[in-house]
Amino acid sequence: MSDQDFLITVDGMKVRAKRGQTIISACDAAGVYIPRLCHHPDLKPAGHCRLCSCYIDGRRASACTMPAAPGMVVVSNNEELNNDRRVVLDMLFVEGNHFCPTCEKSGDCELQALAYRLGITAPSLTYQWPKREIDASHPDVFIDRNTCVLCSRCIRASRDVDGKSIFGFSGRGLGMRLNIDSETKLSDTSFAAIDKAAKVCPVGCIVIKRTGYRTPIGRRHFDKAPIGTDIEACEVGDPE
Amino acid sequence: MSEASVESKTRKIVIDPVTRVEGHGKVTIHLDDSGQVQQARFHVVEFRGFERFIQGRPYWEVPVIVQRLCGICPVSHHLAAAKAMDKIAGVDAVSPTADKLRRLMHYGQLLQSNALHIFHLASPDLLFGFGAPVEQRNIVSVLEHFPEIGKWAIFIRRFGQEVIKATGGKKIHPTSAVPGGVNQNLSIADRDALRKDIGQILSWCLLALDRLKRVVAEREAEHKEFAYFESNFLSLVRADGVMDLYDGLLRAIDADGNVIFDGVEPSSYQEQIIEEARPWSFMKFPHIRSLGRERGWYRVGPLAQINCAASVDTPIAEAERRLFMKMGEGAPIQSTLSYHYARLICLIHSAEKIQQLLFDDDLQGADLVVTGHRRGVGVSCIEAPRGTLIHHYEVDENDQVTRANLIVSTTSNNEALNRAVSSVARKYLPGNEITDGLLNHIEVAIRAYDPCLSCATHALGRMPLIVSVEDAAGRLVQQRIKQ
Ligand code: SF4
Ligand code: SF4
Ligand code: FES
Ligand code: NI
Repeated sequence: MSDQDFLITVDGMKVRAKRGQTIISACDAAGVYIPRLCHHPDLKPAGHCRLCSCYIDGRRASACTMPAAPGMVVVSNNEELNNDRRVVLDMLFVEGNHFCPTCEKSGDCELQALAYRLGITAPSLTYQWPKREIDASHPDVFIDRNTCVLCSRCIRASRDVDGKSIFGFSGRGLGMRLNIDSETKLSDTSFAAIDKAAKVCPVGCIVIKRTGYRTPIGRRHFDKAPIGTDIEACEVGDPE
Repeated sequence: MSEASVESKTRKIVIDPVTRVEGHGKVTIHLDDSGQVQQARFHVVEFRGFERFIQGRPYWEVPVIVQRLCGICPVSHHLAAAKAMDKIAGVDAVSPTADKLRRLMHYGQLLQSNALHIFHLASPDLLFGFGAPVEQRNIVSVLEHFPEIGKWAIFIRRFGQEVIKATGGKKIHPTSAVPGGVNQNLSIADRDALRKDIGQILSWCLLALDRLKRVVAEREAEHKEFAYFESNFLSLVRADGVMDLYDGLLRAIDADGNVIFDGVEPSSYQEQIIEEARPWSFMKFPHIRSLGRERGWYRVGPLAQINCAASVDTPIAEAERRLFMKMGEGAPIQSTLSYHYARLICLIHSAEKIQQLLFDDDLQGADLVVTGHRRGVGVSCIEAPRGTLIHHYEVDENDQVTRANLIVSTTSNNEALNRAVSSVARKYLPGNEITDGLLNHIEVAIRAYDPCLSCATHALGRMPLIVSVEDAAGRLVQQRIKQ
């Protein structure tokens, strides 16, 4: 424990943190899992999805954006917070078009894995069946907005890691959609399958073409380790 | 085939099997003015929405999506789509490991599906007789009176499902076939577990065939004449004419056994087979182009699979095929109920094939997927448990499906079903009275062809029917519901 390090308490456990570290990354380093969807360890925090919302010293805040401070007391795993998380997940399911049994992301999907973790077997809200566009124009990457959860990981990855800013959002509320730069087709951009933005999507929206279903059922990421049991966010392309 | 003439004031009897799924059908018997059966039609409201549903989807998704088409033959659709998508992926030959793993899965499916049909659906009719009371004609009663047969029913089916699970990860919806190959091989542990049981399974299949042969011998005349008519037959066979239920070339023969066409690549199916839409049915009527719509209809399924094959490459099934074909004295076997006999020979063939494959080391190979240059069109054929299944896809330069056309076995057998029901109705319809006898016999005739609309009734083990009689003006005269 260096001079800079200090302790916080998360669900009654002592967790070591560094100055400037967010609560979620301190917890990840300590092996304490807080549910999340928009957070990705390699990307700047966004605080979009509200899944990581915790009680921090008695007040609700996002663990992915809140910096840890000495002596902080964090409550993440209680029924109230988990119920709120179920509602968020429920909404994500019904606001998109998700059919897990045939989806190539099944077993590698963070949304699905979170639903399993929180015991959701079927959404309790009404399906919206929104119309969402597919962009198959790129030779190596397939975009199926039917499953997009608007987490902005691809936006941050493209802007901050790839230096391309290919993705953005358009519209608001239920009409909000993932937008592609130049408002044309993915094939008109400089997007490449090796971009970070092609590897961070938590769901089946941005996938590498012609690789689907190559990993047998039972051997996919979350088949082997349910979400939260190994903390790294899963990356497309290296399912092992 | 004769359309019911519009000008004559025909009366109609409607028989409507109620199902809870997309597959839904009914039988209409048209009477002429004198109360004689003029013709019968078997209507299927087919779920064609699928072809639209996959438009725009990426081609590698199709083998998994297509399984959701049917609750009974998901494996056949999975494999047919994967074979078609091999072509799209630019692959003409998958690796030996991939080919054999898919074959093993297919024979597992043939085993479990044919067993389900033979034991759960057909055996009550065959063992107790078509006239037996309804309470007796079901699988529960079979278990009670013939516990031995009940045991075969359960274990043969379960073994087929275990083969599917070992080759595809899941018992019902396997996903291991991908464009260009497979995503797994057969593990040593699974192989050894299956090896342990296959001998017993095969011997039970043989006992089942012996039992059926006794039933046939006891009621030879009835079995021969029941719903009898002659037809052409279509099936896949290997290039040398030997039976191959997984892959091969299309062969059609006429009622005398003469070849109509042979050696036809699945990709050229449209040169030989044409689909015709008719206003009174959602179903299309495929027929052999060169023979035209009156004479070009054909039968598919186990009887066609046996009739079309020059021989079978597994010893027990080949010996049984020869015995079976003797009944025809050189010509194809035609009787409707011989579908059951043929299905049992196919069951034995599948068990023998599984046994061979379980001792083939290629199944533990590591060469799983082959890649190639993408093409725009992919067509495949497979012999599903119910007969020839054709999948045809077109894919654009973005890898999205633009068009799909599926010809399923039940569609091919549609005219045969019309004929079978007509034949039975002519014999068992006294006036316009819907008797138990009529219902039972219609049910038995339809069941021989195992049409896939029975998705839900498979689970129940019987086919509920709604029967209505309509007069010339279309008014309901009589209705009976048979659960
Ligand atoms: S993206 Fe995830 S949740 Fe959505 S259908 Fe695919 S597997 Fe299911
Ligand atoms: S495409 Fe994927 S990464 Fe991008 S916003 Fe949608 S869900 Fe998030
Ligand atoms: S993970 Fe914190 S708000 Fe999304
Ligand atoms: Ni089917």
